[in-house]
Parts: sequence; structure tokens; C-alpha cells
Amino acid sequence: MTDKELTPKVKAEAPAKGERVRPGRVFLPAVDIYETPEALVLVADMPGVSGERVTLDLKDSLLIIQGEIAPPLGPGETLLRQEYSTGDYYREFQLGELIDKSRIEATMNDGVLTLVLPKVERAKPRKIEVKAG
Amino acid sequence: MPLTWWDPEWDPFREFEQLRRRMDRLLEEELGLRPWWTGVYPPVNISEDADHVYVRAELPGVKPEDLDIQIQDRSLILRGEKKIPAAEKGVNYHRREREAGYFRRVVRLPRPVDPDKVEARCQDGVLTITLAKPEELKPRKIAVKTA
Repeated sequence: MTDKELTPKVKAEAPAKGERVRPGRVFLPAVDIYETPEALVLVADMPGVSGERVTLDLKDSLLIIQGEIAPPLGPGETLLRQEYSTGDYYREFQLGELIDKSRIEATMNDGVLTLVLPKVERAKPRKIEVKAG
Repeated sequence: MPLTWWDPEWDPFREFEQLRRRMDRLLEEELGLRPWWTGVYPPVNISEDADHVYVRAELPGVKPEDLDIQIQDRSLILRGEKKIPAAEKGVNYHRREREAGYFRRVVRLPRPVDPDKVEARCQDGVLTITLAKPEELKPRKIAVKTA
């Protein structure tokens, strides 16, 4: 058992990007990003989002993660007490490494998205021979 | 540098969007819809319909076997642990915003419930506890008779 007690955090709202078609608020998911020699791994907490409702987009070095939540209340329910806000998730990252798009792996488990972004093998340094003229 | 009234970075649509958000927040606060702040993890949302009271909490990455839920009269006790599997040794972190740890919380239910009719379910990292209202509290339809 970990000895750290969790404390609540207010969800950070994503900066406004144009006008959205879907109503509601948009939050920034909390993420862990780490690097192994072969890949960049991104783990994002997106509670309420199922696997089919995650959109990933990688254009050049800009990675966009989006997740749409299922309705937070069942039909006919009224809210009595609200301690947390619900809404979709959106976050962008500028990746410093070249990523092999064909081998990206994404899994969604218990509201946690795990993305494995394999690095493109870097061109090996070449030695350039200088010929005597 | 000459002063111009037109800032090329200025995006009127973004300004509108920000204004709209500020209005939303103001309305939330004015209407008393501002989220309650207890300082205890996890925050919960409580709702009801005719027959049930629902308590929900966002617990991404928490496995059902790491949750312990109890009910005592009108107190709902939520205990559990969020585990984050350790990455292999050779990795380096760019960001670390997610947290692991344990939690223990008691939620006072706004309505009496039947302690024998409680169900808990975890889906996509959202815990939903469904509590049945006792029979005498369920709304009853009253037929209006004609004189």
C-alpha cells in the first residue's frame, strides 16, 4: 500500500479553441509522459471516456488527444450535490521526437488512456571522407 | 515601435468564447451550482430519480478489487487505492501529473436509503453507487377523482 493520501484537485479547463459543436466544458486530462530508448509513452486520466470515444491526431509533431464522455447523469436524474465538474477532454503536445505513426499503440482501460509512440530510428551519423584533390 | 489598434494576435472569436465561459461561471456561482469543496478525495456528485439515489466519483485507473465501499445508516464510506504501475527502470519522465495513493472518505447521504439495496459499478473509471430509496419515500401518484 502506498503511504500517500490522495487529495482532490480542481480540473483544469482546456484553453478555448474556436467554437465547439458539442456543448459543455472541456478539461485538460492529467498526464504522465515518459521516454524509453525506443518510445515515448503517454498516460492520460480521462474518466468517463470509453475506447470508442477517444480521438488521436498526430500531424507533423503536434499530437492532439480528445475524449468525449458518456452522459454524466442517467435519464430522469436531477443533481443534488455537485463536487466535481464533468466534460470532455482535450490536450495538445508538441513532440520533440520523430514518431513512427504506423506503429502507434493506444489502449483505454478504466478511464486511463495509454499511448505508446515508437520513435523513428534516427539516421546514423555518417563519416564523410575528404578526398585529396 | 508604432502603436496600432489592430493586434495581429488578437482573435475576436477567442475573446467571445472566453466571455461566454466567464458568463457560464458567473451563472453557476449565482445559481448556487458551484461545485462543493470538501478537500477530501474523491469528490462525488450525488443525484436522484424517483426510486434511487446515485453517488458517482471519478476514479480513473482504480480497479474494483482496490475499492472498499460500506454503508452505515446514512453514511457511505468510500475507501480505496489508486495504483500507478511503476515504469521500467531505464525511463525518464517528461511529465508526471497523475498521482497514486489511498483515500478514505465518508459521504453523508442527502436522503435515507435501504442499506440492503445498494449496488456499485465501475465503468471507464467512473464509480456509480446506486442506492434504493425506502418504499415510504418513493413518490406516489395520487389519482384525482371527479366529484
